[in-house]
Amino acid sequence: MTAPVLDVRDVTKVYGQGETRVRALRGVSLRVERGDYVAIMGQSGSGKSTLMNILGCLDVPTEGRYLLDGNDVRHLDEHQLSILRNRRIGFIFQSFNLIPRMSALANVELPLAYGGIKGAVRRKRALAALDLVGLADRVEHEPNELSGGQQQRVAVARALVTSPALLLADEPTGNLDTRSTRDVLDVLDRLSRAGRTIALITHEDEVAARARRVIRLVDGEIVEDSVR
Amino acid sequence: MNLWEILRFALRGLSANKLRSGLTTLGILIGVGAVILLVAVGNGSSIKVKNSITRLGAGSLTVSTSTTGRGGGFGGGGQQQGSTGPRTQAKKLTLDDARALTESPSVESASPVVNASSATATYAGTSHSISQFVGTAPTYFKPANKVVERGASFTGADVTAGNKVVVIGRTVVTDLFGTVDPLGKKINVNGTYFTVVGVLAASGSSSTGFQDADDVAIAPISAVQGTLTSYGSLSQIVVQAKTPEKVDAAQAEVTEILNQRHEITGTTSDFQVFNQASLQSAVEDSSKTFTVLLGAVAAISLLVGGIGVTNIMLVTVTERTREIGIRKAIGAPKGAILGQFIAEATVLSLVGGVLGVAAGVIGSQFTIVGVEPVIVPSSIALALGVSVVIGLFFGSYPANRAANLRPIEALRHE
Repeated sequence: MTAPVLDVRDVTKVYGQGETRVRALRGVSLRVERGDYVAIMGQSGSGKSTLMNILGCLDVPTEGRYLLDGNDVRHLDEHQLSILRNRRIGFIFQSFNLIPRMSALANVELPLAYGGIKGAVRRKRALAALDLVGLADRVEHEPNELSGGQQQRVAVARALVTSPALLLADEPTGNLDTRSTRDVLDVLDRLSRAGRTIALITHEDEVAARARRVIRLVDGEIVEDSVR
Repeated sequence: MNLWEILRFALRGLSANKLRSGLTTLGILIGVGAVILLVAVGNGSSIKVKNSITRLGAGSLTVSTSTTGRGGGFGGGGQQQGSTGPRTQAKKLTLDDARALTESPSVESASPVVNASSATATYAGTSHSISQFVGTAPTYFKPANKVVERGASFTGADVTAGNKVVVIGRTVVTDLFGTVDPLGKKINVNGTYFTVVGVLAASGSSSTGFQDADDVAIAPISAVQGTLTSYGSLSQIVVQAKTPEKVDAAQAEVTEILNQRHEITGTTSDFQVFNQASLQSAVEDSSKTFTVLLGAVAAISLLVGGIGVTNIMLVTVTERTREIGIRKAIGAPKGAILGQFIAEATVLSLVGGVLGVAAGVIGSQFTIVGVEPVIVPSSIALALGVSVVIGLFFGSYPANRAANLRPIEALRHE
């Protein structure tokens, strides 16, 4: 196990042209090893969402290289990127982003379906993932029948069901109350202890306090990278 | 992602908004149903016209005096005469004409026909105005497609003797006799007594054409002339060709013989030969045009239904932009998104198509404005096929739009 999960080399991202040109990232370099638990912090406008999009292969850097699990994403076409997202990355969004009118189980099964995994295996793995986040008794509930914390835990199950190299969480507790926040963070802690690599974007100190390593972004540059 | 999975996603997507899916389906349903039903109506009316023409008699020709045929010649000579009266030069059809036609090789029989203009029959205080009182020969029955159901036709001997016998149609029987057996009874027609010897079978076309084909009475020509009509010219000569294939030959022979007898040299003549077959093909042509026209109208409604599918799919894609973003973020390949939305559109239009076929088939069991629709099987296949193609075609634009959405933008969409 040599290659780091994340290897970001001097990445810049520029939006727009001329007058409206915005440099969202100005030369960010970052390595995250397997099993690490990283919190990326910063004010809004600091470029953390841009970084998140690039890390999640939803966007490509303007300059610099980004290797995910040893794969350079620069030369991948859209189809290959979608496969990469499916196999290597598990997304957790601030607003849960479960698909409405689909049961928790169906939501968790979805990435496996796109990954081409057959029905029976898929169901077993999805149930196992839901069990891991403590929702084994809610599998047939639809998102609108679940509380915010439960929805986010379904989203976590969906993110980890494909056994991705990286769990990418974008403000996972931004829409949650204190108790649900604690539930979700506990799940993430457990996953981290089990060896999962987690990158978590947040602006809350108490959330970042759970991570092993904290990276601060200001104006598109890393100003602090501390391991606790 | 196999096909079944894509289909399941599509069904789930459609069932999420049942009313909208239902209404879109309705558009296709109406389109497909209209195509099938209207083509069936067109087909039915053409079959009906064809049948009623066939009922007039197969392989028969009708010769009648022309009211316009001599126009050209008359105009030339008529200036000097200064006459505005009717065709003084035209010769009427006569019994001798009919007899002469019988001689020609392709002609089986030539029956002289006179029509009594107003014939009121009375029996035991009941009176009935017979719309068609025909005086003719026994050979008339075959080309005119009149079948004697009960009793017998009159014979050649009756004609020679001028016997006052008559064969009457179903309507006359019902109106005049009710439940009484008409055979052997005497009816009074304009003061002359005729004995009923036969009853015609119902022609089965009572509601078609210009007049009731069963409101008819047929008597020997010799009995009718001199009592109900004057002696003199005939109304028609009905010619039966030896076989239906010889109709054209018979027509040529009849024309030639009559041209000779009437001393006609130019292109105009004082008679016309009316061929059922040529009428039939003309009617067929016009009813085909009619069917095409109906089909075109229906096809437009199918097109409108298809545009409805596009419209709804565009709305669906916009509404579910965020969902598309989520699916892409968790690794849905472009093809899966494309497949899902095309499948949704195709399922919509296919369900509409199947229901439309059902509606069309059910609808064509009923009589529509007097026409019994006859389904054209190919129209079902065509309408179904077109509805599937509509789904694929009109669904592909919205589906492409969905598949090409960029995930970050789609996720940002509220």
